[in-house]
Amino acid sequence: MKVRVRLFASYREAAGKEWLEEELPAGACVRDLLEAVHARHGLAAGPGRALVARNLEYVGLDALLCEGDEVVLLPPLGGGGA
Amino acid sequence: MIACLVQDPIAVDDLIRRVSRPSCGGIGVFVGVVREPNLGHRTLHIDYHAYPEMAEKVMAEIATEVKARWEVEEVAIVHRIGRLGVGEASVAIVVSAPHRQAALDGASYAIEELKKRVPMWKKETFEGGQVWIEGDTAAW
Repeated sequence: MKVRVRLFASYREAAGKEWLEEELPAGACVRDLLEAVHARHGLAAGPGRALVARNLEYVGLDALLCEGDEVVLLPPLGGGGA
Repeated sequence: MIACLVQDPIAVDDLIRRVSRPSCGGIGVFVGVVREPNLGHRTLHIDYHAYPEMAEKVMAEIATEVKARWEVEEVAIVHRIGRLGVGEASVAIVVSAPHRQAALDGASYAIEELKKRVPMWKKETFEGGQVWIEGDTAAW
């Protein structure tokens, strides 16, 4: 199945683009997506580093993905504020 | 309730006016500013990036939590994005309440939650380079 992945901040800069399109096996979860993105693009140093959001909500590593999902890959927070 | 991102300088006085109510005896204000030095080098400027739709949604959630947990009247959470120089305000939290403790506690809660939950990142430019400030490297 195909999942579209939107990148922000350092990930967008490192990839040189805003969107990735990942091919994942049916039944894949967020953890699988992170591993795939790390392996293919060198982003998000393994599960647990990046945050993932879908429909403006954070989702956990075990959340299942569906064909056509659009998810957002967020670098670790802590840089906001001053 | 005010929960938004802005491009222009944050007008803290204006926020104070907007959350003031006759019933309120206290207004708690937190303003985060770009500092120099940071992490041992001289900061020139910081570029703030957000995932805007989600950032504003989470900021509104935090403001709602403050109103639910403390006896407060109004909450404003405003974060600036774009390029900021040293001394400029990046974030302002203003909480009005009948009594001071709720105003201060609400503002304190809001800034701590903002740091943990709002999708926002900063890229610091210093003498000799640039670095994304992420996770534990954000020493403030």
